[in-house]
Amino acid sequence: MVEEKPLDFTKEITSRLGGETITHCYQCGTCASTCPVARTAEDRYNPRQIIRLALLGQREEVLKGDAIWLCASCYSCQERCPQKVEVTDVIYALRNMAIREGNIPAIYMEFAAGLLSEGRIVSISKFLEKKRADYGLPPLKPAGIEALKKILSATGFDKIMFKKEGTPK
Amino acid sequence: MTSYALFLGCTIPARQPHYELAARKALTKLGIELIDLEGMTCCAPPPLQSIDLETSLAIAAYNICLAEEADLNIVTLCTGCFESLAIANRLLKEKPQLREKVNKILANAGKEFKGAKEVRHYLQVLMNDVGLNSLKQNVVKPLDKLKVAAFSGCHLLRPSELLRFDDPERPRIFDTLIEALGAKSIPYKNKLRCCGGLLRGYADDIALAIARDKIVNAHNAGADCISTLCPFCFLTLDLGQMQIKTTYKEEYNMPIIHYAELLSLSLGVEPKELALDFHKVKLDKVLEKIG
Repeated sequence: MVEEKPLDFTKEITSRLGGETITHCYQCGTCASTCPVARTAEDRYNPRQIIRLALLGQREEVLKGDAIWLCASCYSCQERCPQKVEVTDVIYALRNMAIREGNIPAIYMEFAAGLLSEGRIVSISKFLEKKRADYGLPPLKPAGIEALKKILSATGFDKIMFKKEGTPK
Repeated sequence: MTSYALFLGCTIPARQPHYELAARKALTKLGIELIDLEGMTCCAPPPLQSIDLETSLAIAAYNICLAEEADLNIVTLCTGCFESLAIANRLLKEKPQLREKVNKILANAGKEFKGAKEVRHYLQVLMNDVGLNSLKQNVVKPLDKLKVAAFSGCHLLRPSELLRFDDPERPRIFDTLIEALGAKSIPYKNKLRCCGGLLRGYADDIALAIARDKIVNAHNAGADCISTLCPFCFLTLDLGQMQIKTTYKEEYNMPIIHYAELLSLSLGVEPKELALDFHKVKLDKVLEKIG
């Protein structure tokens, strides 16, 4: 069932950074045939299908589903798309939209938390700090957390994370 | 001496000091000065782009601004960092409207992206600043018995329109640099296909199945090792083999070795000077062949 006018959802996508090229798709399936994830788990992920569903206005299915989180960001599809659909970037745009509606997988919460607290998404342990010194590696220079916080506040990123209602997984 | 701002990112310094150590030793030996700048943060790779593309672009631009202020080009080790920063650099240099938008964000942190510097992966530094001839002349221990399955990772090559690193379908740079050390870069099935690494933590079963394909294909082609450039590919294929053993009851013992480590060894750095104990799959077979 179409939940809203298809064009409304399309307009929402094309107006976002990354989503601009979705309407170029003519459903040839080059993306799906070159996708390592679709080849491994075709019942769970097919980039061509995500684009079709989005263009049909199936907002709920696209943004609340599991599929958009299964792109491995390898850019094989984007590289080979004959219509120059920036498929990987379209998926990012859809993920950006899903997250704003509270659909954020736990692992992404962790990345965001690391960024907000330390300026890095992988934190360095005391053990590794000592190991680095043992090997003669220089101490890690402090991350520019203050500057980063100002950037995250200017884009509203720091507020996105607190809107956790549920995760697709 | 050519100087670069070294962009380390998150995973290498926090998880893979063996990569950093080998890269610092090799590049310094080859006359490249690496400068550690204060204030650098995460590059804002795909996991953060998934949360917000605009913020990610601004974070990448912020880091480039630090290099601009220091009047240095950036060199990255991690291909993920290379991708995030090189894409941002290209987009912001070529799209004035986007640049204006990002600069409005950066103004809050007292920064302005000027578009004055380049972002390079260290393979480009080896090719263009060191040069293939000079590199070959510095090899004291040719790796001529070694058959290497080169695996550059996705984000060195794609999206090629923005990264412009090499031909995305028939890349040669990484193979050329492996062969400059005396080793043989062997063909293997689905060489350019992803390792599945970015699905770890969300869909571990799919990620592992894709990683297993990579290991099996290199194994079937008779590779002595797989050489990587990306810390995430390394983790996926090295630690991944422990998980393949548990899940698939299969054991490949395929050594995964960062190109920087092969480079260091061929330049005469002793194995004990490198942090090779950070490898899950032991390198004994590889070291034996190198001699």
